[in-house]
Amino acid sequence: MTIGDDSLVPRGGGALASPQPANLADILERVLDKGIVIAGDIQVNLLDIELLTIKLRLVVASLDTARQVGIDWWEHDPWLTGKSSKLQIENERLRERIEQLESGDGERRAIRRRSAEFEDER
Amino acid sequence: MSVNGVWAYAVIGGDATEDRIAGLRGVAGESVRAVAAGGVAAAVGTVELGEFGENALRRNLEDLDWVAAKARAHDAVITAISKSGPVIPVRMATVYLDDTHVARLLEDRRDDFMAALHRVAGREELGVKAYADLKSLMEQADSATQEGENGSGTAYLLRRRRQLTSQQEAYRVAAEEAEHIHAALLKHAVDGKRKPATDRSLSGRDGWMVLNGTYLVEQGVVGLFRETVAVLDLSTARINLELTGPWPPYSFAGDMS
Repeated sequence: MTIGDDSLVPRGGGALASPQPANLADILERVLDKGIVIAGDIQVNLLDIELLTIKLRLVVASLDTARQVGIDWWEHDPWLTGKSSKLQIENERLRERIEQLESGDGERRAIRRRSAEFEDER
Repeated sequence: MSVNGVWAYAVIGGDATEDRIAGLRGVAGESVRAVAAGGVAAAVGTVELGEFGENALRRNLEDLDWVAAKARAHDAVITAISKSGPVIPVRMATVYLDDTHVARLLEDRRDDFMAALHRVAGREELGVKAYADLKSLMEQADSATQEGENGSGTAYLLRRRRQLTSQQEAYRVAAEEAEHIHAALLKHAVDGKRKPATDRSLSGRDGWMVLNGTYLVEQGVVGLFRETVAVLDLSTARINLELTGPWPPYSFAGDMS
């Protein structure tokens, strides 16, 4: 069999939907964060795994691709820290406000244009 | 000349070991084999330290594509073995010098491994994530305090304060919902844990992850557990649930001391 083929790992995705291949973030969350850590007589000294995963997290956090696959599970719950999430909400609200303002401006321009056309007809 | 190490995938019971790992290939494309000692066994693979040694790992772990491929391969071996009986997943990137060291470890910690295998036998791990539509939660909280408005600065400040209050309120409601869902799921699980939330950018999901739970469920109850998730999903309008699994017991086999 081929190991690592998504199609062989049918699971996950949606409470009601049929099983989907597990996504990478779900897998990483488990293979890097969970599973037993066996301390002791290990050849690779680095495998003080705690250190390793912390390092990996930092590395991964600095990659744009990390966001795309969602491997930033170590970020704390948004309603506990509130920081990034509130900022994001603030951001979205501001963006919406700008859109509203811009579309409102657009309407006014359209009205002005219509009245100009009306005057032309006269 | 290449020097080899021994990559560990999982610890399993000592019975029918060869059958359980037959035909599996690991992170380096190598054949997965067994090291047995003390009545338990480890599923391992021979890997080159040129790619999987300390220095190589330091380098390779910065390559997300490499990490992704190896994580999938590591998980696929453990998942395949879990189909035929209890398994203790070993954390990714655990590499030993040789089989002798693995065997000694199995003997030394035999009792711990046996206890962990017993704990996960006949049980599966299921992940449940809950996403809240905070925008609609906020609108609800916002409309509850709605009042007449005009364009004055005072009105703006009042509106602004209300927005902040409704944000707080939305967080509170979402956190409460998450607590409720977790408690409801625990009733059908042997054990359950809440993990840190994954960022909302995960797989393009809209909404905030308010619960990232994982549950150890008896195999006979998995159907009921799934139904419970579906019912909770339907009963909470502003919270969407996502179920993953069954997984090998990644989050529960490591509870041994």
